[in-house]
Amino acid sequence: MTRPAAATRMERALAALAVDPGGLKGMVLRARMSPVRHAFETALKHMPDTPRRIHPGISDLQLFGGLNIAASLAEGRPVRDKGLSETPGLLVLTMAERTGADLAARLSQILDADTGHALVLLDEGATAEEAPPLSLQDRLAFHIEPEDEALRTQALRLPARADLDTARKSLARIAVPEDAMGLLVALAARFGIDSLRAPLLALRTARALAALDREKSVGEAALMEAVELVYPSRATHFPAEAEEPAMDPPPDTPPPPDDAADDGSGKGADKLPDEILVQAIAALLPPDLLDRLKVARAAQERAASSGAGSKRRGNRRGRPLPSRPGRPSQQARIDPVATLRTAAPWQRLRRTPQNAHRPVIIHPSDIRLRRFEDRSDRLLIFTVDASGSSAVARLAEAKGAVELMLAQAYARRDHVALIAFRGDGAELLLSPTRSLVQAKRQLSSLPGGGGTPLAAGLVAASNLAQHARGRGMSPTLVLLTDGRANIPLSGTPDRAEARQDSETIAAGLARQGVPGVLVDTANRPAESARSIAVRLGADYLALPRADAHRISASVTAALEP
Amino acid sequence: MTLAFPFSAIVGQDTMKQALILTAIDPGLGGVLVFGDRGTGKSTAVRALAALLPPIEVVEGCPVNAARPEDCPDWAEVRANKIVKRPTPVVDLPLGVTEDRVTGALDIERALTQGEKSFEPGLLARANRGYLYIDEVNLLEDHIVDLLLDVAQSGVNAVEREGLSIRHAARFVLVGSGNPEEGELRPQLLDRFGLSVEVTSPTDIDERIEVIRRRDAFETDTDRFMTKWKRQDGKIRKAILAARDKLRATESSDAILKDCAALSLALGTDGLRGELTLLRAARALAAYEGAPAITRDHLSKVAPLALAHRLRRDPLDEAGSVTRVSRMVADVLG
Repeated sequence: MTRPAAATRMERALAALAVDPGGLKGMVLRARMSPVRHAFETALKHMPDTPRRIHPGISDLQLFGGLNIAASLAEGRPVRDKGLSETPGLLVLTMAERTGADLAARLSQILDADTGHALVLLDEGATAEEAPPLSLQDRLAFHIEPEDEALRTQALRLPARADLDTARKSLARIAVPEDAMGLLVALAARFGIDSLRAPLLALRTARALAALDREKSVGEAALMEAVELVYPSRATHFPAEAEEPAMDPPPDTPPPPDDAADDGSGKGADKLPDEILVQAIAALLPPDLLDRLKVARAAQERAASSGAGSKRRGNRRGRPLPSRPGRPSQQARIDPVATLRTAAPWQRLRRTPQNAHRPVIIHPSDIRLRRFEDRSDRLLIFTVDASGSSAVARLAEAKGAVELMLAQAYARRDHVALIAFRGDGAELLLSPTRSLVQAKRQLSSLPGGGGTPLAAGLVAASNLAQHARGRGMSPTLVLLTDGRANIPLSGTPDRAEARQDSETIAAGLARQGVPGVLVDTANRPAESARSIAVRLGADYLALPRADAHRISASVTAALEP
Repeated sequence: MTLAFPFSAIVGQDTMKQALILTAIDPGLGGVLVFGDRGTGKSTAVRALAALLPPIEVVEGCPVNAARPEDCPDWAEVRANKIVKRPTPVVDLPLGVTEDRVTGALDIERALTQGEKSFEPGLLARANRGYLYIDEVNLLEDHIVDLLLDVAQSGVNAVEREGLSIRHAARFVLVGSGNPEEGELRPQLLDRFGLSVEVTSPTDIDERIEVIRRRDAFETDTDRFMTKWKRQDGKIRKAILAARDKLRATESSDAILKDCAALSLALGTDGLRGELTLLRAARALAAYEGAPAITRDHLSKVAPLALAHRLRRDPLDEAGSVTRVSRMVADVLG
């Protein structure tokens, strides 16, 4: 029976991870709940280290250990819980796409400590923007995204335990040919992989694979397989030969110096077929690589902004509120002074011969928790009409206004996001970020022209607003358009339908409770934009021949409470 | 505790290494900010430097690593007078850390079980006389940043909460690293870092191969690798110690002071902190190189480190500030 290549890849990755968990650090499996994921999780259970499941909301107490309050109170002496970081093993993070920057930093810390921990991210991201933080992905050796339908019925088989043990033992003795490193680095350069972790991880993978196959040294086959496992997900462009119309010319590193890679061993036959390898990886690259790159960059910005204080946590920080009774949980912090104060009047009553030796007798019902009030960050969603009807001159003005508002947002520590719509769709140019450089760069390269798919633009804004809410931000919409929609959601030009679509979606946005401002960029203010503003429940600003400063000033005034 | 990668074995990244060495010579410089891509060896370098520095002498059991028994804070109730040697502390500050863990707070264990009011020291206490390392400093929550700045500035951590009133020394070198694409630092915070460095992954194939080779050697044959680089590390350690001794004797002429001021003026940096750091960094460099006095050469070498992050910045300006500083240095110093 020939097994599908994807299943074999998964099996090999898992086997390599089983051999060298501390060195390879782990893997990402990007799949929704499906038979594939089920097979993967079943295989995980057979890993030498028992997997321990964690979730994005995991507390420091569970990760790093700490005081077990309930047990301490019962025992009358401090009882410490052991954290997951103290015993090396395989951590399985479910719903990894919801991982915040703070958890990512902690997990990175655990991985970097080289204590033998490995991490498996089960990424269930639905859209390309939902992905685990890149800082974490970069540290893990493998990234697997099964698409192959053939995987449906396959169970994944791991090598026998005895084989794994032998492989583990022989790992340190596997020799690496001198030219292997050169080859790995050169290949990484060909695919535009900047991080030096990639070749290091590939080398360790090759070693683990060689150990599994009972080789004495890392051979061609192991090296090739390792590269195929580690590189494809990290590639940032197709190799130079592919003649792809890359969006931005890749920082071309010189092609691999064949002679340099060759000088280690004199055998001519040993010269690894570079081109074959390049093609092998290229075949594994997702066909929509360039699109994904854009999204990955957007996701990176999003992931970054999420860490910078956006979540509302009722009892972690912010302005303190009076303490309330409650049970100590992961998220809540005990207010010791208030707790002692509650317990104080009852001390004499509670004293019995059994607990006479204890200075203070505290019952769980005495426990008071801290509460804080925290205001969430504002997110300005700039939705810019870049269509032909909005005219190129007006687009320039709109850009100017957005830039000014960006500078203000910077001063107020607001997050900004940028959506542009033109032609037949809308595009999220900049996911919520505080990075001004990014915003500015995206904006200046924004082209104009084409139809006015206002409805699509509003849908994108609405999705983003919902997403932002989920991350604890308060979204505000700034819509710059002339309101002359002519492309409906279906994509075929139809003015009436387009208008209807955009009004429906505008009403939906209003129901979501997203406040907003509509800046009419038409030369003559028309009813169309005004009616959209009414549906949106947004302030309407007509700005015939306004300059950037005036738009910016009006918007600011409209947004100020 | 796993072994740190030897400092001298780090390939390239000379500016980063130099900046770290300068702060080791003169901890008063005020920390280093390292900005750069993932996987460029930022954290490796910080950990390596701490491993390279000579161990510090501390009172046994003292939570703030005090050098003399009389420096131990009263609340710590340290009874031992024994002095022990400890490696220079490097404390990691994780993102999402709570204020309590940074400054220290009431010891809940003791409060609840013994009914005693006592102080549980936080990360700042542990970092005293060592390094406080913040990875992804640009993602750190604002209120923690404010707190850190305040302590880094004054060298004292004052805790006034939960009925406690505690102060202890917290003098540490703040090392922050981050990726500028992921978010920016407030100018106020930028200014508090003494030196800043931008690192990029090496683009030279041979250099990259060397990185992989050394890292692999370190991981597979740690003992031999460590022995091999031990002497190099020892040389740097000696040079740092020698430079510390010479620091005071290194002279700065009026002409050099004038140059410092002229440079800062020409670049339009905010405040006087730029000049002061420039001078201190140049002095540390002169001491490290064994020069009797600061020369213009030293100044121009450290100017990008000390000034690049202090330029009054148009938030929409994209020009690299390091190039701006270098150009200006060439103009002013000729």
